Amino acid sequence: MLSELQRTELPADPMLPRPYRIQRVRRELPGTFTWELAPANGDLPSSFEPGQFNMVYVGGIGEIPVSISGDPANPEKMIHTIRAVGQLTRAMETFGRHTVVGLRGPFGTPWPVDEIRGRDVVLVSGGLGLAPLRPAFYHLLQEREAYNRIILLYGARDPDEILYRDEIKQWRRHLDLDVEVTVDSALGRWRGHVGVVPELIKRVDFDPERTTGLICGPEVMMKYSAIALINRGVAAENLYVSMERNMKCAVGFCGHCQLGPHFVCKDGPVFRYDHIKSAFSVREL
Amino acid sequence: MSHNRMRMARGDLGALIAALSDRGYRILGPTVGDGAIIYDELESDTDLPVGWGEDQSPGAYRLVRRQDQAVFGFTLGPHTWKKFLYPAEERLFQVTLEGMSFQPEAPAGVKQAFFGVRACERQALSILDRVFLENEHVDSGYAARRRDTFIVAVNCTTSSPACFCASMGTGPEHRGDFDLCLTELLTPKRHDFLVEAGSAVGEAIMKEVPHCEADEADVAQAEKQIEATAKEMSRSMDGDNAAQLLSRNLEHPRWHEVADRCLSCANCTMVCPTCFCSTVEDTTDLTGDHAERWRRWDSCFNQDFSYAAGGHARSSTMSRYRQWLTHKLSGWHEQFGTSGCVGCGRCITWCPVGIDLTEEVAAIRAADGAVAATSKAEDCHA
Repeated sequence: MLSELQRTELPADPMLPRPYRIQRVRRELPGTFTWELAPANGDLPSSFEPGQFNMVYVGGIGEIPVSISGDPANPEKMIHTIRAVGQLTRAMETFGRHTVVGLRGPFGTPWPVDEIRGRDVVLVSGGLGLAPLRPAFYHLLQEREAYNRIILLYGARDPDEILYRDEIKQWRRHLDLDVEVTVDSALGRWRGHVGVVPELIKRVDFDPERTTGLICGPEVMMKYSAIALINRGVAAENLYVSMERNMKCAVGFCGHCQLGPHFVCKDGPVFRYDHIKSAFSVREL
Repeated sequence: MSHNRMRMARGDLGALIAALSDRGYRILGPTVGDGAIIYDELESDTDLPVGWGEDQSPGAYRLVRRQDQAVFGFTLGPHTWKKFLYPAEERLFQVTLEGMSFQPEAPAGVKQAFFGVRACERQALSILDRVFLENEHVDSGYAARRRDTFIVAVNCTTSSPACFCASMGTGPEHRGDFDLCLTELLTPKRHDFLVEAGSAVGEAIMKEVPHCEADEADVAQAEKQIEATAKEMSRSMDGDNAAQLLSRNLEHPRWHEVADRCLSCANCTMVCPTCFCSTVEDTTDLTGDHAERWRRWDSCFNQDFSYAAGGHARSSTMSRYRQWLTHKLSGWHEQFGTSGCVGCGRCITWCPVGIDLTEEVAAIRAADGAVAATSKAEDCHA
């Protein structure tokens, strides 16, 4: 009876990376860089949905989850923005063009960009949290007529830490986008907002009844941004957050990324806020 | 129990093992080793723990000689079948770093027979199947090993004080999903096995083993013994209600109390037949051009388990014990549609300080809704 089990050909091994070559390296900020990658064997890269991530493998050193920050309509450029904080990412920072790394993916749940057509969309991001949101923002821009108001709120530590600065400047010139940037602290030259991101939520105009919030950044920032949106009258079920845990297998086998009953790798990283709320209220969950 | 019941004399157990062996199965089953009953390769029925039983209690395990020559007169030792399907360490791939050329491991299918799988353990295999086969992704190594695994089940005719399968609805009697199922019929006057075939391969193998048709008395004796085994189990847990109970009591003071006793040693996760967590290790050779990736069993009790850039998500023993138990009894339902606990009691016996999960669940139930003083001050208005 058991011999019939999985008798058919075994499917592709989700644990096996594919070689990708770095086509371009862009230094974003001190210690933060962006890779543009393409399959080293000339294959087409996998298509992806905004909010998904890849596992990036560096030979003999290790593997980490990295969100995809490119344009989902342009998947031949696989874009990853990485901050050098540990042994692996510091090694990655030294890699130049033509270096080959391993990629598995894409994995995980996307931002619900299609389900929220017709609505006001508030994207709230902090620090490197703009990277996983950028594919969603690209999608909204491409399908601009399908949405009502589009608001991007972004917070950085100081003016020198603003990620994708040139793009943000371009977006701010659009007449059909609200793009607001705040910094935790700044010298006198800075003409923009100073303060935390949730404060920006109070300043912008949207219709809470028909608004969806997409939030990505440090957990404490996501928590207070969600509270600020709820206080403005947005329903908790219309808020989405992207969670970060230590995904090792990315397919629900290894158990590392569990958050309450969820595997962040496959039930997330994008969660509806009311489904994951205990993660923000219970310590060490 | 239903159709196809046969009676096989104790003396013909060796013929069954030989028949499996002749068909190319590697026979894996219980044997005495390292002062315990472990699972290892069997060559003949003399390798089985004939006449051995064990004394078990929270934090204690000792082999004892039985008064009789029972073949399955013990319950469960520290080993589980998962090690033969999901090895404690396994290479996932090799890679030549020049050009990043990956060589996958070709998962070798092995013909193996698990000889003496208890009902709770059969349930544990079904649970692992849900994790590794019936998920969005399939684990190729597990799938290759699992598909040619022949299961010789055994209905339990004895229990240990750690057992609580009866209350979990997972034993002591098998309910299908085996190739062959044995019930040991042992009295001072006879020593036979009642045999039931659950698959065509099982039936074919029994054609090569001397047996006769079972009579009503055989069946009645087997049922009586199994029923007595279920009744003698003193430990119990309300597994179905534990799921909601634990998920609504994440701030219960009992978590702190049990954390004072818990050594965070990971023994419970190593002996658990369903714990599946793993980590990976990347290695290179001295030339620096050849790298390998290995997967090893890991435990949510290890400090590094929850490490991500920025720190450990669960640094306290309290949070790690809570993670283990709420995952096992609560989160598992949402993830895999079943409890992760089968009532085998291994985690109770092999806990060096004798922590008993059934007692922990009962303590939380006794003060349902209580909140630890340290949690009350927390900012919970999100």
